[in-house]
Amino acid sequence: MTDTLAQFAVEIASGAIRVVDLTHTLDPDFPVIILPPEFGQCARFRMEEISAYDHRGPGWKWHNIHLSEHTGTHFDAPSHWISGREVPNGDVDEISVENFVGPVVVIDCSAGAAKDDDFELTPEIILAWEGQHGRVPTDAWVLMRTDWSKRSGAEYLNMQSDGPHSPGPTPEAIRLLVEDRDIRGFGTETVGTDAGQGAHHTPPYPAHYILHGAGKFGLQCLSGLDQLPPTGAVLIATPLKIKGGTGSPLRVLALVPGGET
Amino acid sequence: MKRQSYDGVVLAAPVTIPYTRYSTETAHYWIARALRETLRAAGLKPTELDGFSVASFTLFPDTPVGLTQHLGLSPRWLDTIPMGGASGLAALRRAARAVQAGDVDIVACVAGDTNHIDSFRKLLSSFSRFAMDAGYPYGYGGPNANFALLTDRYMQEYGATREDFGRICVAQRANALKNPHAVMKKPLSLQQYMDARPISDPIALFDCVMPVAGSEAYLVMREDEAIKRNLPFAHILGTIERHNAHIEDPIQLRGGWTVDIDELWEMAGCGPDDIDLLQTYDDYPVISAMQIEDMGFCAKGEAAAFIRSHDLTVEGDFPHNTSGGQLSAGQAGAAGGFIGLVEAIRQVTHTGGPTQVPDARRAAISGFGMINYDRGLCSAAAIIEGAQS
Amino acid sequence: MTTPLTPPPRKDPLKRTVSPTQPPVIRSRAALGLTAMAAEGRFALQTCAECGAVQYPPRDACSACLSTDLPWWDIAPTGQLLAETTVQTSVKQYFRERTPWRVGSVQLDAGPVVICHLHGDVAANARVRLRLLLDRAGQGVILALPQERTDHMADDPELRLMSSDPHLRRVLITDARHPFAPDLAAALQTAGATLIFAGEPENWLPNPNRSALEAAGAEILPLDVTDTKSVERMAGEIGGKTDILINTARFMRPGGVLARGGTGFARDEMEVNYLGLMRLAQAFGPAMCGRTADGVNSAVAWVNILSVHARTNTPGFGCFNASQAAAFSLSQSLRAEFRGAGLRVMNVFTGPLEEDWYQPLPPPKVTGPALARSVVSGLRDGLEDVWCGDVAKDFEERFCKNPKVLEIELGQEMGE
Repeated sequence: MTDTLAQFAVEIASGAIRVVDLTHTLDPDFPVIILPPEFGQCARFRMEEISAYDHRGPGWKWHNIHLSEHTGTHFDAPSHWISGREVPNGDVDEISVENFVGPVVVIDCSAGAAKDDDFELTPEIILAWEGQHGRVPTDAWVLMRTDWSKRSGAEYLNMQSDGPHSPGPTPEAIRLLVEDRDIRGFGTETVGTDAGQGAHHTPPYPAHYILHGAGKFGLQCLSGLDQLPPTGAVLIATPLKIKGGTGSPLRVLALVPGGET
Repeated sequence: MKRQSYDGVVLAAPVTIPYTRYSTETAHYWIARALRETLRAAGLKPTELDGFSVASFTLFPDTPVGLTQHLGLSPRWLDTIPMGGASGLAALRRAARAVQAGDVDIVACVAGDTNHIDSFRKLLSSFSRFAMDAGYPYGYGGPNANFALLTDRYMQEYGATREDFGRICVAQRANALKNPHAVMKKPLSLQQYMDARPISDPIALFDCVMPVAGSEAYLVMREDEAIKRNLPFAHILGTIERHNAHIEDPIQLRGGWTVDIDELWEMAGCGPDDIDLLQTYDDYPVISAMQIEDMGFCAKGEAAAFIRSHDLTVEGDFPHNTSGGQLSAGQAGAAGGFIGLVEAIRQVTHTGGPTQVPDARRAAISGFGMINYDRGLCSAAAIIEGAQS
Repeated sequence: MTTPLTPPPRKDPLKRTVSPTQPPVIRSRAALGLTAMAAEGRFALQTCAECGAVQYPPRDACSACLSTDLPWWDIAPTGQLLAETTVQTSVKQYFRERTPWRVGSVQLDAGPVVICHLHGDVAANARVRLRLLLDRAGQGVILALPQERTDHMADDPELRLMSSDPHLRRVLITDARHPFAPDLAAALQTAGATLIFAGEPENWLPNPNRSALEAAGAEILPLDVTDTKSVERMAGEIGGKTDILINTARFMRPGGVLARGGTGFARDEMEVNYLGLMRLAQAFGPAMCGRTADGVNSAVAWVNILSVHARTNTPGFGCFNASQAAAFSLSQSLRAEFRGAGLRVMNVFTGPLEEDWYQPLPPPKVTGPALARSVVSGLRDGLEDVWCGDVAKDFEERFCKNPKVLEIELGQEMGE
């Protein structure tokens, strides 16, 4: 086992294993999810100087930051959703840490998403993917690649008068992944694990509802999924240990086999 | 009730310390110098002086009380006169009565102020509450703007012209040229007056006094004291004083003298025709013109005609402000309220030197002071007569 | 006849910007009553409650009967010019830089004589109309104007210095998303503002005001008052040409303390309404204060749009109102901090606006054009406190009468 880790270190150093950053920069202008205004809102990322080598502190610079558990690239714990509120160890600080490192598969929906803002991941697409890459492994992260992370500003949230329009899974697709494949979690490049119009499914926001009700996790606002192979990579996603936290901003990394993947 | 005369009380030892445009010294310095000269003339040591009357704007934070210790005086009678251009006459009135009553033997009346580079602006800014609240915020012209308004109205009302006021200034400059201590030393023509830089229309440069540092003093004592000390002296024939007169006048075209003028002449036992010279308070020529009228030398509104038909120089038929007045000798703060009286004492005691009016016997002096807001509030006048030997 | 102002040429970058100087600032306590009246655009003087004599200059006892009961009453703003002068030189630097300066002596029809600033169009010995205005020291002063309107009257140099006229000035509306931002921009354009900037937070969200703002000539720029960097960036870009700043940034939700059940919205309210104002002031304030003597388009005013309930709360919007109270309090500090530079802080107090968040409330409500009119006229009149709309005016009257009674009444309205 010691040898395995040593080998791992060597391969990272040599580039045989690449470390890929799947995280957006925390930036005050990065969009957050928008709810009807009478509901509570997700805080935008904000940063205030405490001092900057000046009269407020002559030899050092530091900031206070203010943000939501669900700002920027972030992790959703089961307790985030009403369906998951009874799940044991459903808060970020209670989740056992083995869950934060694990296999990941990527279902490429970028072609469809390029044509249709409301593109949906369906069981058919999953089964077709499995036909090509094999069955989705048990306890793996499944990421839905849409290349949405290449959008910015208004294009990213794509807010219209009837709400945001962005791709996401159907309830059936999520059920297949959760109930039949028993995945660890589901991740997207959009602002939520659900489609922009996900409120109109039954149940509303099916990814949130079904994933968290089953004790699974979510990752959203991921970027750079185009750098991952469909299978064979390892995801490192370690939320902050926030007491009673329902999610957390985090740095998401993937370990990817080097060379021509 | 008929007012008591000033018989037995006299004025002596007039002193003017030559003015300077700016001074790095203090009011204390200037007051000390004038006091020293007037005491020396009377052969008095400071500790022998039992009465002290002070007028000054720049003593802060001291008062005349502090001055007694500063100057080593131990008076039994002490007065402070905050009446600006009326302070010389007001000091006289108070001191004379105290001497007459025996409360004090000799009063040294002294006025002095310094003039630092920025002290005129500072003096203005703390001059009075109404000026601070309702005067200076309007262009901060200070007395220039106030007197410009009065001059404008006076000219409209009585048809006086700038040339008329110019004649006052030109005559005073001629007088000043005889006074070796006058700050202004160049002749002034009427054309120069008319062409001068405007200050606050219709007032131009030569309508305005130049703030300077300087001091003035005189002594008030019983006649027997003056004789004992071999001092030339002047009798006080009559005095008047009035504050905030004519409240109902919307703008000041007459001063408080008009209220009491008949009493002044009655007390003095003479009239305007019996006067050999007039010393008016001349911070602006319009106010001298007003005093010529209000003191009874001509009717209201006729000062311009009067000035045109008289020669106001030392050699003239109506000698006026014989030392050059403030307009040409400078305005040394509160000493500006003394300059006319001190010069008048010199004139009637025939110690005027180069500005002496031949055979001057009786002088009228008027004072005017304190632009509290839109007008001068203090007015005073006196008739004095030299003791003829 | 007043010479009309012309648009100033572009600034010569080699010339030093003129430092602001001030007219005399010190006043007695009684005279500050003039300032208080001028701040609201009233022409009022002390009037003896016993004998009715109108007093001027302000004082502590009646000069007719020695009564010390001298309330401030509105009086007829008319009078007769008695005398005038044009100050050509002054020992006060502020006036020295601005001579010739016309001053008059006016007898009010109400009695007293006032020395006052004199509009250039007033003829000799004319009847005049008087106004109490704030000067660049923020103190109340009297200006005499012609009885009838004259051409380009507002361009008179003395009047211009006492107003915050948007004519030929550049204005920043800090939040383009405010429902009334387009109306403000349109009114400012009509009033002759040369540039109108509108700050837009979160440009990743649609802004329904965009086209209306652009139609009113506004340039939309990214500005989010909750983001210090954003505010600093925009101040860096346009802080040197912002002559009037109108802070429309506002976050509001209904509810008092118990209805809220949390502090989330309250935090957002403080973040935008209070800290946002502070960020704007820290970023834009110094540059504006440095440019208050910069010619025709000098920096001149800072405008806050506040709820009247900044002064007395009501639980319907209790938490929002608390943030308005915080902003109001901050505006008082700013006003004092800006005063030395002559930059005026104008607070426009409104009742409920005709917009979404006040939708359930009964009329009357303030419309966009009404708010815009109040802002523009307040700027033209150089006011500090503007009460916009019937609800605000009613509130102010009640507040002046008895603030405690108002508090009780407003608390009871909740139960209805």
